Amino acid sequence: MVGAGLVVIGAGIGIGRIGGSAMEAIARQPEATGKIQTAMLIAAALIEGIGFAALFAVG
Amino acid sequence: MVKVIRFFFSVLLMMIYSSAFGSEPEHDTLNHTQTESLDLKSSIKEQINHHLQDSHDFHLFSDETTGKHYGFPLPVILWDDGLHVFMSSEFHHGETVVQSDEKFYTLNHGKIYKTDAEGTVNYDAEHHHVINEKPLDFSITKNVFMIFFVGLLLFLMFRSTARSYKKRGDLPSGIGRFLEPIIVFVREDIAKPNIGAKHYKKYMSFLLTVFFFIWLVNLFGLTPIGVNITNNIAVTFALAVMTYLITTFTAKKDYWKHIFWMPGVPVPMKVVLAPIELLGTIIKPFSLMIRLYANITAGHIVIMSIIGMMFVFQNWIGSSLSFILALVLGILELLVAALQAYIFTMLSALYFGSAVEEHDHH
Repeated sequence: MVGAGLVVIGAGIGIGRIGGSAMEAIARQPEATGKIQTAMLIAAALIEGIGFAALFAVG
Repeated sequence: MVKVIRFFFSVLLMMIYSSAFGSEPEHDTLNHTQTESLDLKSSIKEQINHHLQDSHDFHLFSDETTGKHYGFPLPVILWDDGLHVFMSSEFHHGETVVQSDEKFYTLNHGKIYKTDAEGTVNYDAEHHHVINEKPLDFSITKNVFMIFFVGLLLFLMFRSTARSYKKRGDLPSGIGRFLEPIIVFVREDIAKPNIGAKHYKKYMSFLLTVFFFIWLVNLFGLTPIGVNITNNIAVTFALAVMTYLITTFTAKKDYWKHIFWMPGVPVPMKVVLAPIELLGTIIKPFSLMIRLYANITAGHIVIMSIIGMMFVFQNWIGSSLSFILALVLGILELLVAALQAYIFTMLSALYFGSAVEEHDHH
């Protein structure tokens, strides 16, 4: 139970940081929004993949 | 023509996998009791399980008062020292024992077991698991039927698109108008950047198939008819296996060289890296499978649990809030459906790209 909570915290922090830096990058260069969004989605999906795998292993 | 053949091969592979394993309920974290439960929460859990599992008939809805079920039965195909084929309506929703060539079968919680004429089901001591033997189950279950259906739908959509190009030159008509920007998106933003302009063409058919199939199947899973195809780990396993096979069999020499004998690092490192890289080739498609399965399953379970909460709160405020939350999450699931299709396709393209990449070594 505690393990599942830790996994979700880890995934949440990771994706939150990526979102944050993505937004900073978009603020600096609005014309690169498309590429930054794509990269952000890919990184978020990879982190979520690990998060879910660990969640299924724990629960 | 090649595209059609590859497409049907993909559909066939998926069919075979899911029909072999699809009738087993997925391992889930909700405990459910085998006996009749009068408690509201247990019956909600039963309903959720029943909704998410594969079943041998298409059960659309049933009338509680008259006890009549609306839907249609699907054929059951078993292999048990001989081929047994019959319609699942003979099970009468688990009440009767079916006899077929001196063998008796019964339906218990969606699985078919071998039994004797009275239909005895033996339970395990602690876990309430049934320990009767099971025959090899190749039936056309709900999931297999839907995979056929989605395959046919995709085939018709793309055929009409391809045909409309013949008649009208560069502009498509009909469903092609909706599909063309998406197909161009898959080619320009997924295939070409990852695989490279030289080799992307031979992978396009697989990438297009996988993208539209996963998207459509996820969308069907959100409808109330209760077909959850990507909910079944066997289906996502089949998709990931296809990515793995295509990567392995179309890889160039440079790909294998990079796995077994990574150039540019000292020799002890090369020896250490080889097993890790080899494991990596298996783990990457494995993560594809887990990612798709977990995202879709988790979404469905959460939405259904919140709808179930609606029945637990029997007052105005709790139920309406639960309903609104379920609605909002449902809209989020629409995004997740498309996003998971995109991620699967993109990562597959990435793996294909690393397989055919040509490096110039010094």
